[in-house]
Amino acid sequence: MLYSEQVMDHFLHPRNVGTMDDADGVGEVGNARCGDIMKIYLKIENGIIVDCKFNTFGCGSAIATSSMATEMIKGKPVEEAMELSNRAVVEALGGLPAHKLHCSVLAEEAVKAAIKDYYDKNGITYNPKLFCSCECDSCHLHQSPQ
Amino acid sequence: MKVYADHAATTPMSETALRTVAEAMRRLYGNPSSLHSVGQAAAAALMGARETMARYLHASPREIIFTSGGSEADNQAILSAAMLGEKKGKKHIVSTAFEHHAVLHTLNRLEKQGFEVTLLDVHTDGLVRPEEVAAAIRPDTALVTVMYANNEIGTVQPIAEIGAVCRQRGVLFHTDAVQAAGRLPIDVEAEQIDMLSLSAHKFHGPKGVGVLFARQGIRLSNLIEGGAQERGRRAGTENLPAILGMAAAFEEACLHMAENAARVSALRDRLIEGLSAIPHGVLNGDRARRLPGIVNFCFEGIEGESLLLLLDQRGISASSGSACTSGSLDPSHVLLALGLPHEVAHGSLRLSLSETNTAEETDYMLSAVPEVVAYLRQMSPVWHDLQEGKRHYVIQ
Repeated sequence: MLYSEQVMDHFLHPRNVGTMDDADGVGEVGNARCGDIMKIYLKIENGIIVDCKFNTFGCGSAIATSSMATEMIKGKPVEEAMELSNRAVVEALGGLPAHKLHCSVLAEEAVKAAIKDYYDKNGITYNPKLFCSCECDSCHLHQSPQ
Repeated sequence: MKVYADHAATTPMSETALRTVAEAMRRLYGNPSSLHSVGQAAAAALMGARETMARYLHASPREIIFTSGGSEADNQAILSAAMLGEKKGKKHIVSTAFEHHAVLHTLNRLEKQGFEVTLLDVHTDGLVRPEEVAAAIRPDTALVTVMYANNEIGTVQPIAEIGAVCRQRGVLFHTDAVQAAGRLPIDVEAEQIDMLSLSAHKFHGPKGVGVLFARQGIRLSNLIEGGAQERGRRAGTENLPAILGMAAAFEEACLHMAENAARVSALRDRLIEGLSAIPHGVLNGDRARRLPGIVNFCFEGIEGESLLLLLDQRGISASSGSACTSGSLDPSHVLLALGLPHEVAHGSLRLSLSETNTAEETDYMLSAVPEVVAYLRQMSPVWHDLQEGKRHYVIQ
């Protein structure tokens, strides 16, 4: 069996599929060339994620992790959602095959991208390092001051 | 309904093949190399199988080597031709961009040993041009290897024309006929083929057995050293039950080839017509020059693995060329060789039929596929961008 029961459940019956015209934050990560794109929409009231939706172009793992990620952040304060880790998503899904783990990383990044968008739209200050997902050697945010 | 539409991956064994294998396991247990009558009974059966395989390829029995399958045959054919060429200072090989990995990875190994490989363009229709083969041949070309029919998209190559070019230029010509054997009539003499690979499990025979045909006079190099089996060219006690099963299946397939091809082609055409109604989808490979049973489409805006999982849920077994299904980061090299962009190649679906499929099953697939494609599209950000004009359609 390629996927766990929970993964198949979230793949066949994904939660929170959809889009939002009036989203407070939208994050899109991945690229079609690689075969995985996740787009997450957030509705935030008083710092709580009251609703979230996702659209995903990708494999079974990609759809399942997007679905699980949106379930895990729904109803949570934004700061808590920021702490969503790909490991937590994988655990909640009962595990993923090793070569599919990158899908869960993408889900984590999509959530964070949506939150960053919300912060940017509302002029909320934040530590840019929280959203840095690139190689630290080359990232300008990590360069030590001269 | 359960529909098996992945015959290009493997086929269920025919009743004839099953009976033959079981009988052989029960009664013909002797080692064909033994002198006693138990062994010689096995040897006689082995000879019978060799003659059968040769007959339907229009070859001579002494030109047939039994192997563990298509991959082994490809490896031995190519490495043998390379060694023969190397002795004469010829270290160039011509092949195509969409060969099976058994061919491509063997060529990669030869490149590391100093061989130069030219991979011919297969264009947008998935067909090799004989004149391009001719243009690619150099004085130092040791081998041309072009697959008879492509396993992913089903296009059938101009093998006889290529055979003529190679024979005229004095270059060895090998063809990986794994997808064609048992489905198309092959005549190694008329088509001027020097070496050919085939595999039983593609034509309702058992898995783990195949044939390497090598024209008399071509000195093969061994992959496996040991006893004197297969004229000293492939050691190891012969897998007689599998070999007999293969011969029985091959004969059966060849005897019914015309009627099977007609039936399967009709189902295939029905499938192509129906799937062509799905917007922003495209049939991959030349419409006419194709195997009776293979249909490969790309549907823009969705990904292949999720397509397969949903079809499997509905009882339909199919395959795809997406990266997720290939296990690498790139989608199928075959689809990329056609010039399809990555994002479109990820959304591919291959359905491959055999004479065991029915019209009812075809109609069932035609009701399921559009539904699944539509479902995946409505949750795809790529599809929404296409619809809203934020991204341009690749497939009109």
